[in-house]
Amino acid sequence: MTRETPQKVPLLRDERFWRIAIQVIVLAIVGAIALILIANLNQNLRQQGTVFGFNFLRNPAGFSIGDTPISYRTNDPYLRALAVGLVNSLRVIGAGFILTTILGVMAGIASFSENWLLRKLSLVYVELVRNIPLLLQLFFWYFAVFFQLPPVQDKLNVGGVLFLSKRGVALPWPANLSATWLSLAALGAIAIAVFFLWQWRTHMMVEQGTSGQPQLIALAALGLTALFILSFGLSWQVPQDTGTTIRGGLQLSIEFAAILAGLVVYTSAFIAEIVRAGIQAVPKGQWEAARSLGLKSGLVMRLVVFPQALRVIIPGLNSQYMNLAKNSSLAIAIGYPDIYSVANTTYNQTGRPVEVFLLIMAAYLVINLIVSLLMNKLNQAVQLTER
Amino acid sequence: MSRWRFLFAATLIAAVPLTACGDTTSGPTTTAQNVGGGSGRTSSRLDIVKQRGKLICGVDGKIPGFSFVDESGNYSGLDVDICRAVAAALFDDPNAVEYRNLDSTARFTALAGGEVDMLSRNTTWTINRDTSVGLEFAPTTFFDGQGMMVRQDSGITSLEDMAGKSICVETGTTTELNLTDQMRQRNIEFEPVVYQEADAAYAAYAEGRCQGMTSDKSQLIARRSTLPNPDDHVLLDVTMSKEPLGPVTVNNDSAWYDTVKWTTFALIQAEEFEITQANLEQKKSEDNPEIKRFLGLEGSLGQDMGLPNDFAARIVRHVGNYGEIYDRNLGEKSQFKLPRGQNDLWTKGGLMYSPPFR
Repeated sequence: MTRETPQKVPLLRDERFWRIAIQVIVLAIVGAIALILIANLNQNLRQQGTVFGFNFLRNPAGFSIGDTPISYRTNDPYLRALAVGLVNSLRVIGAGFILTTILGVMAGIASFSENWLLRKLSLVYVELVRNIPLLLQLFFWYFAVFFQLPPVQDKLNVGGVLFLSKRGVALPWPANLSATWLSLAALGAIAIAVFFLWQWRTHMMVEQGTSGQPQLIALAALGLTALFILSFGLSWQVPQDTGTTIRGGLQLSIEFAAILAGLVVYTSAFIAEIVRAGIQAVPKGQWEAARSLGLKSGLVMRLVVFPQALRVIIPGLNSQYMNLAKNSSLAIAIGYPDIYSVANTTYNQTGRPVEVFLLIMAAYLVINLIVSLLMNKLNQAVQLTER
Repeated sequence: MSRWRFLFAATLIAAVPLTACGDTTSGPTTTAQNVGGGSGRTSSRLDIVKQRGKLICGVDGKIPGFSFVDESGNYSGLDVDICRAVAAALFDDPNAVEYRNLDSTARFTALAGGEVDMLSRNTTWTINRDTSVGLEFAPTTFFDGQGMMVRQDSGITSLEDMAGKSICVETGTTTELNLTDQMRQRNIEFEPVVYQEADAAYAAYAEGRCQGMTSDKSQLIARRSTLPNPDDHVLLDVTMSKEPLGPVTVNNDSAWYDTVKWTTFALIQAEEFEITQANLEQKKSEDNPEIKRFLGLEGSLGQDMGLPNDFAARIVRHVGNYGEIYDRNLGEKSQFKLPRGQNDLWTKGGLMYSPPFR
C-alpha cells in the first residue's frame, strides 16, 4: 500500500501507516477486553446453572409498591412493576426539571440583585447546598423535615384544601374527567393565541407606532377566560378528610416530597452558579448600553442580558438536568419506589442482577439521551444567528 | 515519527497488564463442571479458602442476637457463630474470619460474584432462591416465622386492623413478598413503604411513618431492643409465613457446600451427643464408637471431605454445640430469653435433626 510512494519510506516509519495501525490496535484491545468480560460472565452464569435471558420479566412480581401512579396489582408481571417504577422516576424527574429551573434561575439572578440581603442569601444558599453530599441532604429532608409532620390523626389542615401529615401531602387536583381534558386543551389554545397576539402587538407598536391598546384589551379578555377555565373547568377535587384517611385530590407520599425537595434544592444551587456564570459572560457594555437607553435594572436583565446569557447557560443546564435524572436513583435510600428501587427488588427476587441492571442502565441512558437531544435543539435555537 | 513510535510503545505497555488480567479470569475461579465432589474433583471454593487461610463470611451485622458489631468491633450472634464454626473446622481458629456486612439486596450478588465464601445472614430458604437464583442452602439454623410489630397504644390487634395503614418493610426479603400474599388473601388494602436499609426502615417505623413493621419475628424482637422505648411495641399474635433461616453457598460446588452443611450438622449432632465445650475432653475418653467417630478419633469422616479429621471436635472446642450457641445469643443467657420452641432438638419435640455421622 505504501510501497508505491516515490520516497520509498519503509512501512514501519510511515506516518500514514501508523495512523491507521494504532486505531486498529486500540480497537482490537477494546474488543478483546469486551470478549473476555462476556466470556467470563457466561462462564460464571453457567457455573451457577442460570441462563441469560429476559423471559423472567413475564412472571408475576408478587410484591407491593407503595406509590402506584398507573394501576398495578401484585400478580402483575415484573415488567409492569418496572413500568410503575419508571413512571415514578419520571414523575420526580419531570417535576424536578420544572421546579429546579425556576428556583435555580431565581437564585442565579438574585446574586446580581442590588438588594444586599438578597445577594447574600443567594450566596449562602449556593455555598451551603453545593458542598454537602446529596444523600445527606435527602436524609435531612426526609427525617428532619417531613418526619416532623404530625401523624395522620391530627394532620395539619391548611385552609381546608391542603393537608400535611406523616402519610403525605394532599392537594387539590383536577379530576380525571373528559371535561378536564377539554378544558386543558382550551387552555393550551389560549396560551398559543396569547403568544401570537403579543408578537403581533409588539410588531404593530414597533413598525406602525400604534398604542397597542386594542390588543391589550383582547389579551386581558383571554386572560380572564383562562382564569375562569382554571377555576371551574378543571373540576378540581379537594381532598376530603375522613378522620383516619384522606380521600381524593392529589396524594403525594412524604417520600416523594422528600426526594423532590432534596433534588430540587440541590440541583438548583448548581443551576444558580451556571446562571451567574452565563450572566457574567455577557459583556459589560451591554448593561451600560441598555441603561443608557433608560431601562430599569430589572428590564435590562429581562430584555437585554438574560437572552444573551442563555447561550452560555443552556449547555451547563443540560448537564445539571442529566445529573438530576441520575441522582433521582437515590430515592431508594428514603423508600420511594422509583425504577431503581423496583429493579432492586426484582433482581433480588429473581436472582438475575445482570439482566436487571442492563435494563436500569438502558432506562437512565434513554431518559438522559432524550433530555440531551431536546436541550441541544434548544441550544441551537438560542445561539447567535450571524447574518 | 518518534511520536508514533512512542505511542505504539505506550499502547503495548498498556496492553500487557490487560492481557495479564485476561489470564486471571481463567484462574482458580473457573472450574469445569463439577461432578459429585469427592475424589478427582477440580478446584473448589474449599481450596481457595484453605489457601487464603481465612474465611470471608457475609453477615447482616445489625441484628442483635444474630450478627451484631459491638463498640470494640467484635462480632457476635448466632449467624456469626456459624461462620466461626466453619473457620474452626478448617483452621482450628474461630477468629480466622473476615466479616462483610451485606444488606438484603447485595447479599446474593456478593455471594455469586465470589466476594464472600458463604452467607450466614438469616436468609430464608425458598425453592426459587435454591433453584433459579442459583444458591445452595445449608441446613436451617433457625426456624422462624414472619410477624408484625405495632405500637401498643395503636389499638391494632390483628392484620385486619392494618387496613389503610402503612407498613414498613425491607426490600429484597421474603418478608416483602409474604406480606403482599397475606394481605391479598385477606383482601386488605395497605400502603407498603419499602426501604433498602433495615436501619432506615426501623427509623421510619420508630418515627411513626408506618403503623406496622414486618419482618421475621426473631428480628423484630432483636430490633425492638434497639428502639427508643422497647416496651411501647408489641408483636401481633400472628405468624404470616415459614422462615427457615440458614447459611448459603453457591450452586455447583459440592465440596464447599458439604463443608458448610456438615459443619452446621456437627453443631446439632454435638448437642444430641451432649458434647459441650466444657465436657469435650471427658467425652473423648468415653468408649462410645459413635462419639469417637464423630470427634475424629476413629474412622476418616473428616478426611474424606477434605477437612481435618477432628473437625467436629474443633468446632465444639471453639464455638460449642448448637444449644450453647442458642442460649448464648438468643436464649436463657441473652437479653432476649427466646424459648427454644421449634429450634429444640428433635428428641425434645423441636425440628433440629442431624443425619447420622457414619
